Amino acid sequence: MPIPNQPPSELERLAAILQEAHDVHGVSLWADAWKRLKRNKAAMISLWSLLTIVLLAILTPLLPLQSPIYQDVKNRELLPPQWEGFSLGIKQYDEETARLIAEADLQVAGNAKHKELMTEVEAREQKHPINLYWNDPNFLTKPLISLRLLLFGDFCIPSIFGTDKLGRDVLSRVFWGSRISLACGFIATLVSLMIGVSYGAISGYMGGWVDNLMMRLVDVFYSIPFIFIVIFIMSFLSSPDVREVLQEYHIGQIHVFFLLIGAIYWLTMARVVRGQVISLKNEQFVEAAKTIGATRMQIVFRHLVPNVMGIVIVYLTLTIPAVIRFEAFLSFLGMGVEAPNISWGLLVNEGVQVITIIKTYWWMIAFSGMALATTLFALNFLGDGVRDALDPKLKNK
Amino acid sequence: MQVLTFLLKRFGWMIITVWIVFTVSFFLMRQIPGGPLNGERVLSEAVRARLEARYNLDAPISEQYFTHLWNTVRLDFGPSFKLQDYTVNEILAQGFPVSAALGILGMVFAITIGMTSGVVSAVRRNSAYDYSFMMMATLGIAIPNFVLAAMLIVIFVFNLQMFPAAGWGDLNQIILPAFCLGAPFAGYIARLTRTGMLEVLGNDYIRTAYAKGLSPRTVVMKHGLRGALLPVVSYLGPAIAGILTGSLVLERIFVIPGMGSHFIEAAIQRDYTLAMGALLTYTVLLFGMNTLVDLAYSIIDPRVKLE
Repeated sequence: MPIPNQPPSELERLAAILQEAHDVHGVSLWADAWKRLKRNKAAMISLWSLLTIVLLAILTPLLPLQSPIYQDVKNRELLPPQWEGFSLGIKQYDEETARLIAEADLQVAGNAKHKELMTEVEAREQKHPINLYWNDPNFLTKPLISLRLLLFGDFCIPSIFGTDKLGRDVLSRVFWGSRISLACGFIATLVSLMIGVSYGAISGYMGGWVDNLMMRLVDVFYSIPFIFIVIFIMSFLSSPDVREVLQEYHIGQIHVFFLLIGAIYWLTMARVVRGQVISLKNEQFVEAAKTIGATRMQIVFRHLVPNVMGIVIVYLTLTIPAVIRFEAFLSFLGMGVEAPNISWGLLVNEGVQVITIIKTYWWMIAFSGMALATTLFALNFLGDGVRDALDPKLKNK
Repeated sequence: MQVLTFLLKRFGWMIITVWIVFTVSFFLMRQIPGGPLNGERVLSEAVRARLEARYNLDAPISEQYFTHLWNTVRLDFGPSFKLQDYTVNEILAQGFPVSAALGILGMVFAITIGMTSGVVSAVRRNSAYDYSFMMMATLGIAIPNFVLAAMLIVIFVFNLQMFPAAGWGDLNQIILPAFCLGAPFAGYIARLTRTGMLEVLGNDYIRTAYAKGLSPRTVVMKHGLRGALLPVVSYLGPAIAGILTGSLVLERIFVIPGMGSHFIEAAIQRDYTLAMGALLTYTVLLFGMNTLVDLAYSIIDPRVKLE
């Protein structure tokens, strides 16, 4: 007959509990969501493709692409996709300049011939192809372009996407366009996030007549066809006088455009955040914050807002594609991004303009349209996945 | 009675909305230099003075505001700045039916295609139909309608030569733009219908309906669909806003002389009166449609109370 086990001593019991606590790991909302997301194949494929697209967009200046703005109407107008190489010709240009300098060095300094040569050298420096090939590179893109020239020299990928009606390389335009389209998605979403979350959180927390007024205002905004107002505003911004004023403050039309898009996409976000805040504002942690003397603003932004981040991210996944699509819409209509800036919407517009009965220059639409559609497609799938992962109750909605 | 108070309340809000839109756009128009009379042609002083008097631009701004407001209340949007000899009302009256026809047909496309594929997907859950329809729905949502339009033009107009490229007048010319207009909304509606249908089909009353010997068709079409309709109807509000936006672009691609084309043209040319007229029309339209959708919602689902 087996001897019944001794009841475990107090110490052993506690050790067992401790061991159990060690073995069990708490799973945060985010880790849990990430685990669910990882199981969703479509969402993961979308995530990786999006990361690739974003990385390529960021590294565009580094890639051995042709110039996105260099025009050669005479020789390269509307060429179909091809494998024929293209050289930037910078090396040759530099060599010629170097030859001129060497020639000048042979002359006695100060004589007429020397002067003549030196002015020519200076003129050549100013007309250097780098200034023609890239549109006013800023402090971020300039080093990348220099690095690209160092790495790849004159080599560029041939015009495998064809060229447009001004002889510009479509491949490199699609790449450069991605930068503006994605930047727009990012900046405008950020703006809408800031407005929407603060508006909703303040409205929900204040309650009473403030809440009433703020939400009525949102109701009114819902019935305003904003695209028309944006078009209205953009047409004003493109008038020369306004542009001058903006230029004085170093604000490009494009920056205003980004902000404007963000400023109209916050309504749903505000409503959702308000609902969440109302359900949270009587919780004990808010009470606790109050007792230690937190101000109302501190309670809203330090204690409440972090707690609604889950649902905010769910709505962000809806906002990003909507914003990118909106940008493409407006650029397509000629009311958004303007040359020399490039965006996908603008490229599709250029493609539509050259459709004729005689010949369809399909490559002008196909590649930019595909880039736009692929990005939006992936964003949609990822958005669905994130929604399911963060809020399983919302599944399929 | 309840409906009446609801409508009255909504009407009040509409007035406020329209007034806000009017005021904002009015001051935007007037604050910014380079008005409609600053074209490429330099006008002599006398001509300018006459023109300003004609368009009431020489009055103090407050007086201009109230005159314009009063005219707008009387539904008189004044003469167009750029299209000589036309009043804004005439232009809008010309463009509106065209846009309305396009929008309605687009909506019909969206609802029929969307609901059919949604119901089929829900009934044949996890079948090849389901997957391919839902894939197509996501594609329809993701591809912007102007990209779709461009691709369809290349395929159907130039390669297969089935439709004319552009213009307005006969049925052939309206099919392609209306389809492009409806496609994204068909995608949304298909997904909403599928989700709603799946939820409804799991309910007890559906089992009861089967149990009492109704044919599957009757169960799905009569008992299931009614419940699945709700999310679709509540989506119609945003869809209508989207249709208005979409027709703006498609009218441009297919060269359709609707309100959207006029509005874009007006915005580019800074034809203020026309742009303002179109903007206010769009606002009223959107508001009216949203009200109708809310009303329809309460009729379909008596549990919903009109506020």
